[in-house]
Amino acid sequence: MTKKEMANPRDAYGETLVELGGKHNNIVVLDADLSKSTKTILFAKKYPERFFEMGIAEANMISTAAGLASCGKIPFASTFAVFATGRVYDQIRIDVAYSEANVKIFATHGGISVGKDGASHQMIEDLALMRVLPNMTVFAPSDAAQTRRIVELMATTDGPMYARIGRANAPILYKKEDLKEITIGKGVTIKNGSDITIIACGTMVDQALEAHEQLSKEGISARVIDMHTIKPLDEKLVLKCARDTQGIITIEEHSIIGGLGSAVAEVLAENSCSIKFKRIGVQDIFCESGEPEELFEKYGLNASHIVKTAKKLMK
Amino acid sequence: MLYRAKSGHPGGSLSAVEAIVTLYFHHMKHNPKKPKDPNRDRFVLSKGHAAPTLYAVLAECGYFNVKELLHLREINRMLQGHPVCTYIPGIEASTGSLGHGLSFANGIALAGKLDKKNYRVYVMVGDGETNEGQIWEAAASASHYKLDNLTALLDRNFLQIDGKTEDVLRLESVRDRWTSFGWNVLEVDGHDIEEIIDALLAANDQKNQPSMIILNTVKGKGVSFMENNIDFHGVPPNEMEYKLAMKELDTAKRALEATL
Repeated sequence: MTKKEMANPRDAYGETLVELGGKHNNIVVLDADLSKSTKTILFAKKYPERFFEMGIAEANMISTAAGLASCGKIPFASTFAVFATGRVYDQIRIDVAYSEANVKIFATHGGISVGKDGASHQMIEDLALMRVLPNMTVFAPSDAAQTRRIVELMATTDGPMYARIGRANAPILYKKEDLKEITIGKGVTIKNGSDITIIACGTMVDQALEAHEQLSKEGISARVIDMHTIKPLDEKLVLKCARDTQGIITIEEHSIIGGLGSAVAEVLAENSCSIKFKRIGVQDIFCESGEPEELFEKYGLNASHIVKTAKKLMK
Repeated sequence: MLYRAKSGHPGGSLSAVEAIVTLYFHHMKHNPKKPKDPNRDRFVLSKGHAAPTLYAVLAECGYFNVKELLHLREINRMLQGHPVCTYIPGIEASTGSLGHGLSFANGIALAGKLDKKNYRVYVMVGDGETNEGQIWEAAASASHYKLDNLTALLDRNFLQIDGKTEDVLRLESVRDRWTSFGWNVLEVDGHDIEEIIDALLAANDQKNQPSMIILNTVKGKGVSFMENNIDFHGVPPNEMEYKLAMKELDTAKRALEATL
């Protein structure tokens, strides 16, 4: 396999904030003592007057962001996914979602690939927590290029939004010219296939692409969908895949409960799709410290696991 | 309102009356015809359960029809049990879950500084509400950012649902706590409008730090059997109590009018 070109989605986030900050005076950024990790520090250096260091006080950060939004600012509030969602659920629920505030919560270090910090820092419930909130749009971009595009869309589209990326470098999956086609709520058919569909988001899109290669060697044609927007879900595309292929597998760096897999299952069930279906994700369990690849292997979040699941489903 | 709604929070609504009336009728720059004017002063009711008082004041100011007050907490009507900013004219922040409002007000104050606007932000916090940790995150943040365009008012009525504030979770010394967080602290009789006005004006003049006005109040103020009675935190009056309360308020109103 050729060596993939890598980039860090966090760098993409920080750099895009700086670019957008130059175009939009009303963009402000808040962070909770993690600006070096979330890369909001790039914005802080360029536009110090529009950057608010909130300290280790996430609840205050979210509600303050909502207050700023009520005055026409476009606040991006960043910290790790664990602290950006579960810790501040009530603040997001009332001040952001219920209030329809134009607050953009951008979380880094989502999923188990945070690695060695362990389960306390491995956020596998955020997509579920954010998806259940009325008015909330939820994203899980898959690479640095798509992250740039999603950040742009967040800044220029009104309403409460949540996005999460991982900690690690990720292979670049998109060329610049592909990015214009990425819009909110439209999944990307990143590989065509006719036997089975793999719907993935975030870090798992790359694993789905690898599974596509491996499956094709075994004569199975797998379609790969990059479902960067978890909510609103591209229901049309899900139903098209259900018609076109014999089975659907979802994969996400998240609990199998409440995230992408659940969202797809809801659409399939309510449209009476009698199709083979399997969710891949963390199996309702807290994981542990370890290298990302070790964790992916142990908890069944990689290409080889997708291949195994696909072959079983196709029998 | 609460009698008709058969639910709601009379005690904490009555303790907040004079301060909210003073803000809207004597102090704040606001125009009910332009509720979204970017230069308006803002008021955030962090203790959202005192919504009946705020709604009554907003209606009297002309933000919406006074008749709407009789439909508090009813289905298919505007006035929700707790304030919501998306469709009630004049409501700045959706509150009801305690502890958020001071942070929200900080956001408004930061935006005001950034935009070099002259508006001020007022936020009313309940004394029991300061049990919430977020209040202290916000207290630290407001003084860190030197938000001198922010005035908080603490409704110090000494009671919360489970009992006296000092028995539930000790708050004293309230003054020392806020002072040590870097706030300019003022203390007034929360039912004395002249004292409230003076404190609000003094807070306006304070530079480089946010101001906290401790309003010493009586929960259920103005209705003899509700005063300092924790049973009326979240329970509306029954028919007999309602008639008695209205009679007392009517007598007080007539006595007041006689002095004019």
